[in-house]
Amino acid sequence: MKNIWHFYKGTLVLISKGSTAYYCWVFFLLGLMAIGAVAYAQQLNEGLIVTAMRDQVSWGFYISNFTFLVGVAAAAVLLVIPAYVYHWKPIKEIAVLGELLAVSAIVMCLMFVTADIGQPARFWHLIPKIGLLNFPQSLLAWDVVVLNTYLVINLTVAVFILYNKYYKREPNKKFTTPLLLLSIPSAISIHTVTAFLYNGLGARPFWNSSILVPRFLASAFCSGPAFMILIFFLVRKYTKFKIEDEAIQKVAEIIAYAMFINLLLLGAELFKEYYTDSVHLAPVQYLFQGLHGHSALVPWIWTAMVFNVTAFILFLNPATRKNNVTLVMGCILVFIGVYIEKGMGLVIPGFIPDVLHEIYEYAPTGIELLLAMGIWATGLFVFTMLLRVAIPIMNGDFHVADDGVGSFIGDQLFLVQQKQEIRSEPLNAESEPPA
Amino acid sequence: MSDIKKCDDHVLHKSRRKMLKGLAAGIGLIVMPGRDASASVWEEFFQKHFRELSKDELKGVIARLEKEYSKQHGKQVTVKTTPPIEGVRYGYGLDLSRCIGCRRCVYACVTENNQSRTPQIHWIRVMQLDKEKGIDLSHAEHYYNPATVPEKGHFYMPVQCQQCEKPPCTKVCPVQATWKENDGIVVVDYNWCIGCRYCMAACPYGARHFNWAKPVLPSSEMNPNTHYLGNRPRPKGVVEKCTFCIQRTREQPGRYPACEEACPVGARKFGNLLDPESEIRYLIENKRVFIFKEDLNTQPKFYYFYAT
Repeated sequence: MKNIWHFYKGTLVLISKGSTAYYCWVFFLLGLMAIGAVAYAQQLNEGLIVTAMRDQVSWGFYISNFTFLVGVAAAAVLLVIPAYVYHWKPIKEIAVLGELLAVSAIVMCLMFVTADIGQPARFWHLIPKIGLLNFPQSLLAWDVVVLNTYLVINLTVAVFILYNKYYKREPNKKFTTPLLLLSIPSAISIHTVTAFLYNGLGARPFWNSSILVPRFLASAFCSGPAFMILIFFLVRKYTKFKIEDEAIQKVAEIIAYAMFINLLLLGAELFKEYYTDSVHLAPVQYLFQGLHGHSALVPWIWTAMVFNVTAFILFLNPATRKNNVTLVMGCILVFIGVYIEKGMGLVIPGFIPDVLHEIYEYAPTGIELLLAMGIWATGLFVFTMLLRVAIPIMNGDFHVADDGVGSFIGDQLFLVQQKQEIRSEPLNAESEPPA
Repeated sequence: MSDIKKCDDHVLHKSRRKMLKGLAAGIGLIVMPGRDASASVWEEFFQKHFRELSKDELKGVIARLEKEYSKQHGKQVTVKTTPPIEGVRYGYGLDLSRCIGCRRCVYACVTENNQSRTPQIHWIRVMQLDKEKGIDLSHAEHYYNPATVPEKGHFYMPVQCQQCEKPPCTKVCPVQATWKENDGIVVVDYNWCIGCRYCMAACPYGARHFNWAKPVLPSSEMNPNTHYLGNRPRPKGVVEKCTFCIQRTREQPGRYPACEEACPVGARKFGNLLDPESEIRYLIENKRVFIFKEDLNTQPKFYYFYAT
């Protein structure tokens, strides 16, 4: 118990100490979170009327973000499989970062759902036995179960591994292996169930397509890993933590395959709709061409298309994949492209035209944008805090003291490596001009 | 032995329920605005699902609601919980050849069922369609507004809850806040709905409506004859829908739904599907009848027909 207390105290020290850049980042996030909280307070007070959602388009920006983030969370499994099933060392060292990203993404997912519901105080109705969870009838009930399971599994595994590392001992495989193996199907399940949630509605032809689940999975395996690569680059640049090129390249390769499947499935969907040319074409037309003069999503979806195809080419071509600049560019393009395609691009056309073919154009209000921003900031804040503790543990900078009780912090600053670089830079600058 | 165990389980269950409710209360305290924090708010917060309430609990709930509504609207409001009548399954008929698109049904419904006036909620949507194109929704006009109806070359199709035999909306509700009663009416427990709006995504008829803001219901226009599962005042953030005027049709002797009564041309028919002598049965058996979006297999109990 005392040990845990010291560990906890150590984490608090780590979180509260850091470079100026770290402080700026954290306070920037806290500021955005405060703005989001104010927006949420107003929404609670006035009701969801402050959003642009109406009966015709009854889900909007919040659920779009939720859907996208489920994909990001699911993608952690792409690091877990090579690391723990195939014991591939370069990725094993960084898999825990993927798990922490999954945790942060699920936190955001749960917050987006909470932001979207009309009676958030009644959340306890969803707790089995106490409330009345409609399981297994409702896919939303399934989603509640799998999302929370996934959150608990990832949090447990990541904390357990890190805590053992802190004590400089190998994590008990009997405990971690079953959980890690369980995390693989549960990652797939969160995304499958979220896709089924849309998929099973006969009223919405845009979603009622059997390739929706594979499409979801394919795009998740693009966006999640793309974000991971960006984080790897940042972590490698600003901390002592080593991440091998080999690991990054492997993840980039996966993105190339996943993006190929994603584009293929999208093409299959578009072919079916356009060639059949039934009334069910209307939502697709709304998304890609505009319908009866309404075309709010058209520029967005084409941006996403261009981004996704460009990124695919960048990842497919070994020269651009191995070049860090184009690789980072590709990751950013994928992330934005999938964010549009599997966010608003997936949710909104389900409602336009609506079931009686009325067209109500939806664009999020300021409150929706601010609240969503606050939730993203919260997710990034959670991720930052988790990394702030995890990285020193992985580096060996934060571990148990020699007495086996207290904690030892080797280096309290986050940007250790960069500090040294800055110190050495002036020397270079002085020596360079004469040459 | 097993009895003792059961008893233990029960106690444990109860205490766990208590504990979690305490937790919920704590969080609720943060979420809820402070000025509403009166005792009845807590009673409301902890209220069980309608179908899980014991007789005594239900009495308490109804007393609380009646007191609250009466105070708010300055008149005696009754909240009934009349159960379905044995041997009754309601069906609705709508004669497309007669409907003139006057929307009297829409507003009779609003008045009878205490819908919000601002923002406006309508449980009935009347679409103006082209006679040339037939029932082609992509050419439907939802907001037609001429000086007089019907307009030449058009016909009108009112759509409201079709009271499906296989309702896709109840299946998807994560908390069982909406269900089909034994007389076929699909109802919502407004005190249990969490407002996720999954049912609205699932409904193929646009029959479900959400209280995006706190509903505005002028006391002078408030209908004090209400049913718990029907037209009692709703809070913001929950879904509502047509209940075939459950507060009227379940009475004995029953009354017709308000929309049926209001129709000036007799385009609306209502009755018991299980009664072979009923008008609705006659129509189904003798007229050219169709159900809306038949291919979705929702099996509506709302029958569109052409009498002439």
